[in-house]
Amino acid sequence: MNASTRAALAAGAVALAAAACAPGSSAPPAAPSSALSAPSSGPAAVRTDAAALGKVTLTVWDQEVRGAQNAQMTALNTAFQAKYPNITIKRVSRSFDDLNTTLRLALSGNEPPDVVQANNGRPQMGAFVKAGQLRPLDAYADAYGWKKRYPQSVLQYVSYTPDGKDFGQGSVYGMPQAGEVVGLLYNRTKLTKLGLQPPTTWADFQAALEKAKQAGEQPLMLGNLDKWPAVHVFGTVQGQFVPKDQIATLGFGRKGATWSTPENTKAAQQLVDWMDKGYLNKDVNGLGYDASWQAFGKGKGVFYIGGSWLIGELGKSMGKDLGFSLPPGTPAATGGTGLPFAVTAKSPNPDAAAAYLDFITNADAMKVLTQNGLLPVADTDRQTVEEGPTKDMFTAFAAITKQDGLLPYLDYATPTFADTLGAALQDLMAKKATPEEFLATLEKDYKKFVDSNG
Amino acid sequence: MTRPPGEPRRVAYLFLLPAFAVYAAFLLYPIGRAVQLSLYDWDGLTLGTWAGLDNYAAIIADGELRDAFGHALVLMFFYAALPLAIGLMLAAILNHAKVRGLGFFRTVVFLPQVVAMVVVAVAWRQVYSSDGSLNALLEAVGLGGLARGWLGDYTFALPAVGVVGTWFETGLVTVLMLAGMSKIPLELYEAARLDGAGAVREFFAVTLPSVRGEIAVALTLTVIAALRTFDLVYITTGGGPGNSTSVPSYEVYHRAFELGQVGSAAAIGVTLTLVIFVISFAINRFADRSVS
Repeated sequence: MNASTRAALAAGAVALAAAACAPGSSAPPAAPSSALSAPSSGPAAVRTDAAALGKVTLTVWDQEVRGAQNAQMTALNTAFQAKYPNITIKRVSRSFDDLNTTLRLALSGNEPPDVVQANNGRPQMGAFVKAGQLRPLDAYADAYGWKKRYPQSVLQYVSYTPDGKDFGQGSVYGMPQAGEVVGLLYNRTKLTKLGLQPPTTWADFQAALEKAKQAGEQPLMLGNLDKWPAVHVFGTVQGQFVPKDQIATLGFGRKGATWSTPENTKAAQQLVDWMDKGYLNKDVNGLGYDASWQAFGKGKGVFYIGGSWLIGELGKSMGKDLGFSLPPGTPAATGGTGLPFAVTAKSPNPDAAAAYLDFITNADAMKVLTQNGLLPVADTDRQTVEEGPTKDMFTAFAAITKQDGLLPYLDYATPTFADTLGAALQDLMAKKATPEEFLATLEKDYKKFVDSNG
Repeated sequence: MTRPPGEPRRVAYLFLLPAFAVYAAFLLYPIGRAVQLSLYDWDGLTLGTWAGLDNYAAIIADGELRDAFGHALVLMFFYAALPLAIGLMLAAILNHAKVRGLGFFRTVVFLPQVVAMVVVAVAWRQVYSSDGSLNALLEAVGLGGLARGWLGDYTFALPAVGVVGTWFETGLVTVLMLAGMSKIPLELYEAARLDGAGAVREFFAVTLPSVRGEIAVALTLTVIAALRTFDLVYITTGGGPGNSTSVPSYEVYHRAFELGQVGSAAAIGVTLTLVIFVISFAINRFADRSVS
């Protein structure tokens, strides 16, 4: 290839690039959110008589692919279509990761699915709301009474202001089916052997950890190779030291709080103490998350701070040996919802989509979730389950939502916070950073976001 | 009227056209588009805003991103330099000793290359875990004091990831070197022997210069592999502990798909492409020059 051809090719490549217009400009302008949420198009325009909507095909993208999740989804879809023969559900399910990466493209196309499961946080639901790709559901929420169905501490996880800037308040954009709460998992047999009761106060818990250590047991297991598991442990500890409203402000990335407080320092120091005293296993940063809870299931460790989603699997290996409670002490626990189902702004069938959302989250649907061993987000205390870890989980979730004690996952705070906090916690526990330095790192990320978010 | 075959010359472009069209559609256009994206601030959803060279400036200004490129350079040592040293030695021995069952050894050495990187990464994650086989081995030989969760250790995580690369690439390099060495005429060795060269001298005077071409190929392949490392880091450490194993390719994925910073991701991708291009160009330039 001689020089002139090479130049011509290069010029061609540049011309190709230049001819393309600004990224995102091919997408139609975002629907003006005021028109969607204005009272004039509010309740009056909403139709809840799904049977009278004529022939409708709803395309639904979900990530309920695992055993029990898939079973409940299939059961509910079948029941829905039996009740409304005029509505056909076209279900597309992918794994969580696949959904995460494809949803962005799907939503910016001209014919997005009608209903999608979108992760609550800012990088997903927040970004979609901001881009005008999701429909605010307030009118439907009023018509169907959704705000009575869910407690406020659950509703906050699906609420955004229409500009996508404020998370935790504003309009409702999605409907979750399942609940989640991070609490204290414990090995009953080991506790009995140590002569201990499940702790009910934070001081009790510390004493139990010490006693376990003295007896030569591993008091608390954590596998943080994957970076995020320690976020749940820190969130749990923070709930005991820091006032709830402060955590909510920080967690939802709102203006008006700071990480650099004496209370947060105490919480960070607690983790360092646990490392120093050997309550946490030495290799926290080198142990994988799955490996850590599996080891706990096989009898390593007396306590494990983890999410309710572990109970199904751990219950299989530990049976009634497994216990679960809210974090001992102040009723505050990190938790939230499974991925909420949302209606896309471009869907031509919002009424049918809303009817579907209503159907898969009503009281009967919650029963179906329970039957499949899942934790329903609403009516939790009205379900009947047999004694054991599952019952513990239902009791814990019902109690914490009743007391409005759910705290947001801390990585909701800013689009980059999962990374920042994950890496900072590894630094903290490896003693690469002092609690003060750790908090300064978090503060920097939080402040940068809050300032730019306005 | 007869024309010499291939005339007029411009007809050649017509023949090139189909291939070029495919090349342009699937390679040149996406590259151009990536370059264009890198000049915007875009979340992948809403209208992008022009950012000029801000995304590139950020790569230099952002300490964590600079570190990521630094880690890739460290990995180059483990992916390229080390396998080359080991591969040359192994090939020289295998070639020289005329071992019986050479084919067998060649297959064994090459085996890591045929296993998917994800599988390799999952396996090594087990090896490095705190109750994994590496620690078991250390304890068995009385070095239990050194045992640790390797991938969670700030000092050792990056070298640990690097060693997997060494293990992975050594086979490829060895087989390449073996192929090169088998072409060396025996007379050359004979002449060297007659001149009184020992095995070491022989290696540097005869073997090494003869496989220069293969070395260039091996280095190009392994250096590129080092700089684009993604799957290994994604599976084993996710960039941790802290950010001590983050690499540019991982950042590209993370920013584009998880954080929605498409412009920044594209800028890193373009920069990485340039770095790879410059380094492989230098390697080949170097190899060419020393031949002539």
